[in-house]
Amino acid sequence: MIPTPIGNATPHATGFWRRYIFSADHKVIGIQYYLTAMAMALVAGALALLMRIQLTWPGIRLSWLGKLFPAGMPGGVMTPEFYLSLITMHGTLMVFFVISLALVSGFGNYLIPIQIGARDMAYPFLNMLSFWLVVPACLIMLGSFFVEGGAAAAGWTAYPPLSALPQAVPGSGWGQTLWLLAMALFIVSFTMGGLNYVTTILNLRTKGMSMMRLPLTVWTLFFAAVLGLLTFPALTAAAIMLLFDRHFGTSFFVPGGLFVGGEIVPHEGGTPLLWQHLFWFLGHPEVYVLLLPAVGMTFDVLAAFTRKPVFGYRLVVISLIVLTALSVVVWGHHMFVSGMSPYLGEFFTIGTMLITVPSAVIGLCLIASLWGGCLRLTTPMLFAIGVIALFGTGGFGGIFLGNATSDIFLHGSYFVVGHFHFMIGGVTLFAMFAATYFWFPKMFGRSMNERLGRIHFWLSLIGFYGMFLGMHFLGLNGLPRRYYAFTQFEILKPLQGMHLWISISSFLFAAASFLFLFNFFWSLARGSRAARNPWEATTLEWTVRSPPPHGNWEAEPPQVHRWAYEYSAPDAARDFTPQTVEPDGAMAPK
Amino acid sequence: MGVIFNILMRNHPSTLAAATTGPLQGRSHGLLLALFCLLVPFLCFLFWKQHQPPPVASEHGAGIDLMINYLLAAVGGLLLVGHAILAWFVWRFSRQDRVTFRLATVRTEWKWALVPVVLMLLVAEGGVLVFGVPVWKKFYVAKAPANALTVEVTGQQFVWHFRYPGKDGLFGRTHVKFIDDDNVLGLDPTDAAGRDDLIVNGQLRLPVNRPVRLRLRSKDVLHGFFLPSQRVRQDIVPGMLIEVWFVPNQAGQFEILCTELCGLGHHMMRGLLQVMPEREFEQWLNQNHS
Amino acid sequence: MQMELTQTSGLSGGTSSALERNQGSDANPPWALSTGELALWAFLATVTMLFAAFASAYLVRRTGADWQPIDLPGILWFNTMVLLSSSGTMELARRRRERFNGWLAITTWLGIIFFVGQGLGWRQLAAHGVYLSTNPQGSFFYVLTGLHGLHLAGGILFLGHALNRAARAHSDGRDDAALHGVATYWHFLAALWIGLLVLLSAL
Ligand code: HEM
Ligand SMILES: [Cu+2]
Ligand SMILES: [Cu+2]
Repeated sequence: MIPTPIGNATPHATGFWRRYIFSADHKVIGIQYYLTAMAMALVAGALALLMRIQLTWPGIRLSWLGKLFPAGMPGGVMTPEFYLSLITMHGTLMVFFVISLALVSGFGNYLIPIQIGARDMAYPFLNMLSFWLVVPACLIMLGSFFVEGGAAAAGWTAYPPLSALPQAVPGSGWGQTLWLLAMALFIVSFTMGGLNYVTTILNLRTKGMSMMRLPLTVWTLFFAAVLGLLTFPALTAAAIMLLFDRHFGTSFFVPGGLFVGGEIVPHEGGTPLLWQHLFWFLGHPEVYVLLLPAVGMTFDVLAAFTRKPVFGYRLVVISLIVLTALSVVVWGHHMFVSGMSPYLGEFFTIGTMLITVPSAVIGLCLIASLWGGCLRLTTPMLFAIGVIALFGTGGFGGIFLGNATSDIFLHGSYFVVGHFHFMIGGVTLFAMFAATYFWFPKMFGRSMNERLGRIHFWLSLIGFYGMFLGMHFLGLNGLPRRYYAFTQFEILKPLQGMHLWISISSFLFAAASFLFLFNFFWSLARGSRAARNPWEATTLEWTVRSPPPHGNWEAEPPQVHRWAYEYSAPDAARDFTPQTVEPDGAMAPK
Repeated sequence: MGVIFNILMRNHPSTLAAATTGPLQGRSHGLLLALFCLLVPFLCFLFWKQHQPPPVASEHGAGIDLMINYLLAAVGGLLLVGHAILAWFVWRFSRQDRVTFRLATVRTEWKWALVPVVLMLLVAEGGVLVFGVPVWKKFYVAKAPANALTVEVTGQQFVWHFRYPGKDGLFGRTHVKFIDDDNVLGLDPTDAAGRDDLIVNGQLRLPVNRPVRLRLRSKDVLHGFFLPSQRVRQDIVPGMLIEVWFVPNQAGQFEILCTELCGLGHHMMRGLLQVMPEREFEQWLNQNHS
Repeated sequence: MQMELTQTSGLSGGTSSALERNQGSDANPPWALSTGELALWAFLATVTMLFAAFASAYLVRRTGADWQPIDLPGILWFNTMVLLSSSGTMELARRRRERFNGWLAITTWLGIIFFVGQGLGWRQLAAHGVYLSTNPQGSFFYVLTGLHGLHLAGGILFLGHALNRAARAHSDGRDDAALHGVATYWHFLAALWIGLLVLLSAL
């Protein structure tokens, strides 16, 4: 393992196992991550639909599901504890095992080396290891549904004492322990990935690829990796302490004097708020880990389909730096009404309102990137524009929640559910779709079907707004989240009407997603062959054949002569100039 | 069926040119998308017409409502303008064949960056400093006035207990070891201060227009004490004694919700708040103390 | 919108955009860290964050009413001396370039002694009746020393690896990156231990 400036592509692997299963090729690993995320998305999405069904028709009987979950849905009727397992697992899977895996690990692995002109990641073996750690993590998470007591049920935030005491809720038995173990594996894997990203981006850039010539995708992945490395340890520490509280009788989080399930709890002196601080120290930056790469990929797609450079490349980079720095000091905005000192509340609300500034600058750059362009409304472009819209609405919702005073009323309501689905559900999913349609030709050498893609877009857009826009206003009306049913309160009953529409929208969204899946696998086999550079884009990945060979570059790694967004350059022959073209334009793209 | 499938799958473009010419040109998408963008703020307005916080019934609640309404107006305005701009851009630039503006100069970039910077500082940061922090201070930082009535609220999976200190104004000591079916809060039988404590299950009675100080405690896990109409929300943390105070200024019956996940009965952890004229309240208190 | 419309003249000639003029430095300027060093420092950063998280948890938790300081086992002071001297021998080893790096071997042995010593520390503490869940500070003590010990065990493996590499690097006359890496890591572990000791004994 002698480091070379161009990356350490392992010798070309032969044989099915080395090539497709235990491969150290960053592209194979990226695709493996992506497909894993897709499988987990099916599960997490199915859980969401189950939740929607229960909320819309409380107590409905689905006999066939009773067979799969005899304890959670006896006779096909969902129990409250099973609903809580559903929200917990849906949230956890979506955040860590779908969006993180698809965007950061999937596209991150695929794109970083090839966009910076490296042959592979700095540590390909570590990379492979990191994927093969996530697989057991996924299996443990899924398996936890089938242990006694069912899957964890304390929410994806796993607040103790609920998550610490098995007698507090059925899911806090083995389900919660498995949840913690799976998260630990995930964190180890993600840390390995982060080390690879940071070193690769800093040290393996090809000749001429200065930092300010990087595509924004790479910039955002870089900050996502840095944030992951610096903040996940807080959750590791918290998870270790929670495991000790659960199994070895320590009292890090569990206070004394509790009386649960008819028994005195034998703990003394712990502080539940400590968990919340540690969790959100990770939890808030984690949303940026998801959000930033989504935004970066959107910029790349926008540039290709406006046929012009993105607006404010420098501004975006500066904003990313500011955002990354601020994002580790605003976690308390999740805890305004938690019992934390009100002075801290003031500090965090002021900090959170500050973080709207770089976010809004990025928003401006997204929207201004359209200005003067000649928009080619292909499927990836439609999704990218969707990202801009979702980012706006989601961001504006955040202003209500980061404001301590209005959060007194909105905290823990469906406003929150609407808001975070726009941000970490919508922006990320739409960006993921945009990225998939955009890079699919590169990844598989075939194109996805454009017509189906556009239908997919429209159904998703309508479905998504139908699901989550109205939720903000349910929250404004006082509807609390994490409720198994809204039947017990007089003030909540009048709100039941909107739930039907939300659920219908969620079915629409699910149907659209199946269309996407069909398109994906159909195109994999039958899509028309794609050339090297079907979108006439400028970045390095488009200069090699599709799919790229092992080691990415057939001969020497490319030399870069210009920044990533040289579209419609005035004296160039065509409306795009790949990064490899020399300044005088002598070397035309192949 | 087969025909539809064929139409969908035909002309499978694999180049930029093929994906943006002919039937796939996509101009209609630009128009539709622009219309969709315009629809969003309109939809928000419609939703808002139907879904607003319940009428406010506490003194500081008016301040919270002012904060929310300010945000609804200011941020709603930004939402409208933002979507209008996006709609315009998408519509306008999806119908031109060449790039009309390519790259901004550094100066232009910075100039335009000032727009979001100033807007966010004014609307978001300014909003919270001007409208938010004073209310926050009043609700959380300021101490309850001396004439406040003190009531203890105890959250338990999945019921609320309310305790009034009785004539002596003192709450008796509690300890978990005394908890049993008849002594749900674990009152210490040896503590004289606890003799006249009044414990009520599920229903909180308060006099109107008198400040009330709530001492929030939990017997087991986290709970969230939420009075929507009074704009009071406070998590209850086991091991902590958290105080909040407010002045209910409307008589009537309200519901109490739990808004921090506390277990399988979280969705039915319902309590009632009865705000009554002072006289009636005193009467009730006296009746029950004997 | 008053952006300069159709202002596209002379851009790639480099008049108005610094971005397009940027010549792009070489990927690895001389002051840059090698990939291995970079990875190591990034790793140390996350480990630091891990212990920082524990330290802040400790500082919060110690304000609890049930907090009682425990008497740290005496052997810790001996262990500390061992670890500090191993840091010294590590530094000597780093400057040596021989076929068999004796200082490296000594460092490895000192590391093992420290490791065993920490285990004896646990036994001493348990003998005083302080078990994992007896006392909050005790809980922190076991968890923190255990976690440090885990990282140290990794360091000992790393040392063994470096011993091996040093021999090979010597024979083909190259600079040995593994040796420098393990030295950094070892000093880090020593510094980390001092930090933990201060936390556990003084705060
Ligand atoms: C695709 C369709 C989706 C639907 C129909 C959906 C629906 C829901 C529902 C009904 C809840 C529970 C609300 C409650 O009872 O409090 C929920 C919670 C949540 N969802 Fe989704 N969701 C979707 C996608 C996503 C995505 C893409 C993410 C990505 C991060 C996500 C993240 C979460 C999280 C973090 C929670 C909170 C879980 C908790 O309260 O612990 N969801 N979702
Ligand atoms: Cu946050
Ligand atoms: Cu509850």
